[in-house]
Amino acid sequence: MNLDFARILPDIPFILSGVPQTLLFTFSSVFFGLLLGMLLSLFKISGIKPLYWFAVAYTSVFRGTPLLLQLSLVYFATPQLTGYDISALQAGVLTFSLNSAAYMSETIRAGIQAVDKGQTEAALTLGVPYPQLMWDIVLPQALKNILPALVNETISLLKDSSLVSTIGVVEILRSAQIVGANKYIYFEPLIIAGLIYYILVMGLTYTASILEKRLRRSE
Amino acid sequence: MNEVVIRVEFLCKSFGTLKVLDDISTEVHRGEVVSILGPSGSGKSTFLRCMNLLERPTRGRVYFNEQDITDPKVDISKVRQKLGMVFQHFNLFPHLTTLANVTYAPIKLKGISHEQAKQQGLELLAKVGLVEKADVYPSRLSGGQKQRVAIARALAMEPEVILFDEPTSALDPETVKEVLEVMKALAKTGITMAVVTHEMGFAREVADRILFLDQGKLAEDSSPDEFFSHPRCDRAKQFLEKML
Repeated sequence: MNLDFARILPDIPFILSGVPQTLLFTFSSVFFGLLLGMLLSLFKISGIKPLYWFAVAYTSVFRGTPLLLQLSLVYFATPQLTGYDISALQAGVLTFSLNSAAYMSETIRAGIQAVDKGQTEAALTLGVPYPQLMWDIVLPQALKNILPALVNETISLLKDSSLVSTIGVVEILRSAQIVGANKYIYFEPLIIAGLIYYILVMGLTYTASILEKRLRRSE
Repeated sequence: MNEVVIRVEFLCKSFGTLKVLDDISTEVHRGEVVSILGPSGSGKSTFLRCMNLLERPTRGRVYFNEQDITDPKVDISKVRQKLGMVFQHFNLFPHLTTLANVTYAPIKLKGISHEQAKQQGLELLAKVGLVEKADVYPSRLSGGQKQRVAIARALAMEPEVILFDEPTSALDPETVKEVLEVMKALAKTGITMAVVTHEMGFAREVADRILFLDQGKLAEDSSPDEFFSHPRCDRAKQFLEKML
């Protein structure tokens, strides 16, 4: 066994330069996924049949097919279909947002339905219209309850972002592979990449636990 | 007699095949305190919840200030601003402080400034004796305190009527009294109140009128004196024997 981390020491900054790409992907996707997921979850509880069926079908398709396939489809098929030359970054964020929205919509729906019906009734009897009470009263309580699940989803997204290396985005994994290919050693750069992912996930977990504590102030 | 605030006409409510309210007609006058009594399952709460359309009647009409609020064209949110409600389980907003619970609706719906709302909110909390709890979250309050905050919250919209749905049933016996005291004081201010309750003492002492429901029917509508000393229907007699 001949491990030699010293040989790739000069390349570590290059691998680290993939971090902003990874984070950009993750947080854009979480943001748009959360918005779309919220909308879909409202469709699901709206009681309006066409909206309900749309949201259910959407979730079913995006959960029922591999993320990698969705990514390839968006990146390679969009130009063929529309003539628009989609960039890898756009394709990645679009796919990841659409995909995580499907998962988040189920989580948010459960969170909303777990909020005591009395909360809605109390706001209604004060004269608060339904959309406003949903935003002010129900969603904040729902989001607090599902925060751990949303953190899980964010962590999954962060790690799955390595998939965009397959369409040519130079993020953490891809830069590690490039280093490996240049120097004909793979073990060391990949270990470094893994370490970076792990540290990012730990950071995320820590931030989330602080956020959760703040949200639990009212208990 | 004062003007009519709430008029209920031929009210029926069914949940599936279960008929909960059966053809109830009555009126509530301005300034009146009406106690709604009856055995459990008699439809008291459903009756109350039909008055602000938390339950939509299967048949019949509900008028508020002579406006038919069962008409689908009516903006029920606007009507509910004048029809406060206090619940058995308080339903305070747990993510808001006590004061924010009270000021939330006035700020959002009346468009008054935060400063002004805060001022009024503190006055209302003082009225129910909880001004020192303004910045505390509801989870830190006892049941009786929660219910007093809920009453302050309902009052913040300056409603014409407050509906009370078993406001003391979820409280331990010691704190029942503090809530009843607040309600008594409220009754003296001349606000219209409809109270579903099992507190016979309160009904007897504070109410101007008793509505006794049995199996979804309005079995008796009389003054407290009459009801408690000479109940007319047999079911009311049985009920009182058990309760008193």
